[in-house]
Amino acid sequence: MNNSLNPSSFFEYLNTQNAFTIKKSSIHSDQVVHGTTIVAVAFEGGVVMAGDRRATMGNYVAQNDMQKVFAADDYSAIGIAGSAGIAIELVKVFQVELEHYEKIESMPLSVEGKANRLSVLLRGNLGLAMEGLAAVPLFAAYDKKNNTGRVFSYDITGGRYEEHDYYAVGSGSLFARASLKKMFEVQQDHNFAIKIALESIYDAAEEDSATAGPDMARNIFPVVVKVDKAGFERISESELSKILNVILSGRKNRPNGPIASHK
Amino acid sequence: MSVPFYVSPEQLTRDRADFAKKGISRGRSVVVSQATEGILLVADNSSKALHKISEIYDRIAFAAVGKYNEFENLRVSGIRFSDMRGYSYDRSDVSARSLANAYAQTMGSAFTDAPKPLEVELVVTQMGAKISEDEIYKLTFDGSLADESGYVAIGGQVDEINQAMGQSWKSSMNFSQALKTTVAALATTATGENDKFDALRLEVAVLDRSRAGRTFRRLSIEQIDKLLNEK
Repeated sequence: MNNSLNPSSFFEYLNTQNAFTIKKSSIHSDQVVHGTTIVAVAFEGGVVMAGDRRATMGNYVAQNDMQKVFAADDYSAIGIAGSAGIAIELVKVFQVELEHYEKIESMPLSVEGKANRLSVLLRGNLGLAMEGLAAVPLFAAYDKKNNTGRVFSYDITGGRYEEHDYYAVGSGSLFARASLKKMFEVQQDHNFAIKIALESIYDAAEEDSATAGPDMARNIFPVVVKVDKAGFERISESELSKILNVILSGRKNRPNGPIASHK
Repeated sequence: MSVPFYVSPEQLTRDRADFAKKGISRGRSVVVSQATEGILLVADNSSKALHKISEIYDRIAFAAVGKYNEFENLRVSGIRFSDMRGYSYDRSDVSARSLANAYAQTMGSAFTDAPKPLEVELVVTQMGAKISEDEIYKLTFDGSLADESGYVAIGGQVDEINQAMGQSWKSSMNFSQALKTTVAALATTATGENDKFDALRLEVAVLDRSRAGRTFRRLSIEQIDKLLNEK
């Protein structure tokens, strides 16, 4: 190889082009848009990811229909919490990074390879993260090797941690995680995973002001995606509406949501 | 001080062109053709790992003949060029025309300035929403750029292939018909009875008009067989 540049990496090439232009400055983190609750729930043969739609700027709601869960490629999803501008940019670079590798090498990266590349991208943002402009992703992928859904969480230094069964990130993540902890069961299908993901976002929205629940009047629902053998799929609004109506009628009887099963 | 021998520019250009042509004519051929369902790219290439056809972007594909290391380099830089464009502007701003222009520059300056010209020929193609909006560009070793329509062949024995394609290719063909026509045209270069053009020695990929987003699809041996046997 003529130099140390990894030819399959778009990110390394990008860095040679001086395209990443945000310089360190005294931006106050109240002046930028924030989120969020993102959850990922594994099921038998895949993984579901869901994210609420609220973006906040200080104590304002900056946007009520923001999308924070995306396809990373055909077999993986990425959700993001933190400074919106940084986070969306991170997703964009990550998507091109995976596609770039796949085109140059004529095959996709392994699940571990994708998860590790995301670490490298995050480490590139460490300087800004230390100044309060942090973005924290949640990565979920379908692993062909053993037909499972896998979930990876990260910290701002690029630390990468594989999670079991479910995980959540963002300001409402503690509440969502506590909710998932009581509802999660192994060997369930995607319908179950979608239901408890939506329940957990509902619970988080009740406790965290930066997380929104479903807006039934405007038909703005959490973004829910599924990744399994068939690839990435965003669950349609009409299907979500049906599931949410069931959840909401349940909450009319029991506002705190379903009781954890006694087994 | 020694005085270098004088070589006239005409002589120099001719020598370089002859050199490049000789390299390219040794290789097997690639045929790119339009079809109702999209764009069909077919290479006479028995390797399942070293490709002559590649995805560049959502609706753009690349095909090459000649020296592998040289066109592989051009392929990688084409993907970089397109990914960089799509990232800094928008996915819809990536076009085959600008990529073909960039290739023409690279190949043109290699032809005049480099120690030796590139021994490659390329096709860069972009699929439109309908067949009349497709674009096919052919690039030769000296950087000349030609805008083709219908079908184009590059590589060793293009005269025979072009003649056969000219007789049977029609714009109303679907993938199956276009593939059969292309394979029949490639078969005119066969060296004998036992030189068969079956699925095993074909590399076939398509830009599929029915797909959204990334439309490039590489066909497996089973899929190639299915298209070849379709009624």
